[in-house]
Amino acid sequence: MNIQAAITIYKFEMARFRRTIFQSLVAPIITTSLYFVVFGAAIGSKIESINGVSYGSFIVPGLIMLYLMTESINNAAFGIYFPKFVGSIFEVLSAPVSSLEATVGYVGAAASKSTIIGLMIFLTSNLFVTHDIKYPLVMAVFIILTAITFSLFGFIIGIWAQNWEKLSIIPTLLVTPLVFLGGSFYSIDMLPEFWQKVSLLNPVFYLISGFRWSFFGTSEIPIALSIVAILSFMAICLLIIAIIFKTGYRLRT
Amino acid sequence: MFPLKSKKGEIFALLGPNGAGKTTLISAICGLCRQSSGTIKVNDFDTLSQYKETRNQIGLVPQELPLDGFESVYNSCQFSRGLFGLKDSRDHIEKILKTLSLFDKRDEQIFGLSGGMKRRLLIAKALAHEPKILFLDEPTAGVDVSLRRDIWKLIEDQKKMGVTIILTTHYIEEAEQLADRVGIINSGEIILVKEKTTLMSEFSKKTTFIRLSKKLKDPSFMKKNKKISLTENGMTLKLVGINNTSNELQSIVNLLSQNGIAFTEINTVDNSLEDIFLDLVETQ
Repeated sequence: MNIQAAITIYKFEMARFRRTIFQSLVAPIITTSLYFVVFGAAIGSKIESINGVSYGSFIVPGLIMLYLMTESINNAAFGIYFPKFVGSIFEVLSAPVSSLEATVGYVGAAASKSTIIGLMIFLTSNLFVTHDIKYPLVMAVFIILTAITFSLFGFIIGIWAQNWEKLSIIPTLLVTPLVFLGGSFYSIDMLPEFWQKVSLLNPVFYLISGFRWSFFGTSEIPIALSIVAILSFMAICLLIIAIIFKTGYRLRT
Repeated sequence: MFPLKSKKGEIFALLGPNGAGKTTLISAICGLCRQSSGTIKVNDFDTLSQYKETRNQIGLVPQELPLDGFESVYNSCQFSRGLFGLKDSRDHIEKILKTLSLFDKRDEQIFGLSGGMKRRLLIAKALAHEPKILFLDEPTAGVDVSLRRDIWKLIEDQKKMGVTIILTTHYIEEAEQLADRVGIINSGEIILVKEKTTLMSEFSKKTTFIRLSKKLKDPSFMKKNKKISLTENGMTLKLVGINNTSNELQSIVNLLSQNGIAFTEINTVDNSLEDIFLDLVETQ
């Protein structure tokens, strides 16, 4: 196995992250702070606690998930789309690099970046709300699984996209609405019964709910269901990537 | 089976008109395009089932300038080397950068390089993992004369080091200058593969120009000979493919004397590889 190739791609992508560290980290921190000011302090003070958790604390897992998912997708999609766009992807395709090694390099880097951003948001949240994490190990597992899974999803989008518009269309029109409607800022118990049932069709809801469980020990659905949901999505993404590399779809002419 | 084999340590020039399939062939060998049928072997390794072994041996310089402009020159070369499973070798990369006159630019972002420098950087990247076979897809397209000569020298140096060079080019002069063997491809098929010297001698045609002392008004006497044509407003006779051994030229000179036509100069030139290439492609 060409481990060195995977490390090389990983380092190359992380170097891109370092070059744009200000934009990569400061922007999410400022935006998160605004969420806390608006939703936590201004609006949150008017909302009663949810399952015994203050609203400011309640939205922390949702905010982390929001960024974790969107950053994972964006980083991974850009990571593979940019070399396709400038043509430098030929280097990876003509090198003795297997699909697994390329995926580990690109997806590993994207997942690392979004995990760092997720942790920075968590640290930022501590400036606004105090909270104890009930199951820190589960939280860490959820962060890692979500970062990897959504980076895999972003990797697929980056390969599929043939222009910049396509690169952003799925994150903008599909993922962001799913994250917002998946209970990032509210409990689905607050919704009318019909919309509660609709929310159960949203896969992102299972992830946010499970992640919230790791913080507070309570959630709308069993934690096992959340883990099954994320592992299932990961398996689907891995299968699609395997097919992409096998067929050369939008990578090889 | 594509009827093309290259030999170790040679420069093989692949010539063909636009759209002939030169880049497609290179792409298929290097894994850049999907191979629908057929077999390609690189030193007995199959490019599909043993792609790691084949690609390990190959360095590719593409026709375009596909580079990540945000990266530094050195890191870009290091990236290329790492993809082939090799650890950082500052000595090797710096040596290549020095050879290609890029050492002073090693820490600069690729964006800031001129077109010629980017072309050299692509060569440096292809050499970063010390390949046994180097594919150069029109390496001197759009570069100035000086850089072209530098690239030619680099290609010859690589050959001396035992690297097999496979070169596609539009510049027939380039193939004539560098190649040991020449392959001609047209419409996806190899028309011919020959040693350059054999090709030049086998397909050699001499063209003789006879400069007349005055304009020829009545060329009817030579109409039977299809090898002769009149050019430059009747001031020059052009004789294509005249065979030296059959005294054809002497016969024509005699014919001119019999018709009272004087001449001031006879000039004979060999046809170039370019003429041979055009003849072969046009007769396809």
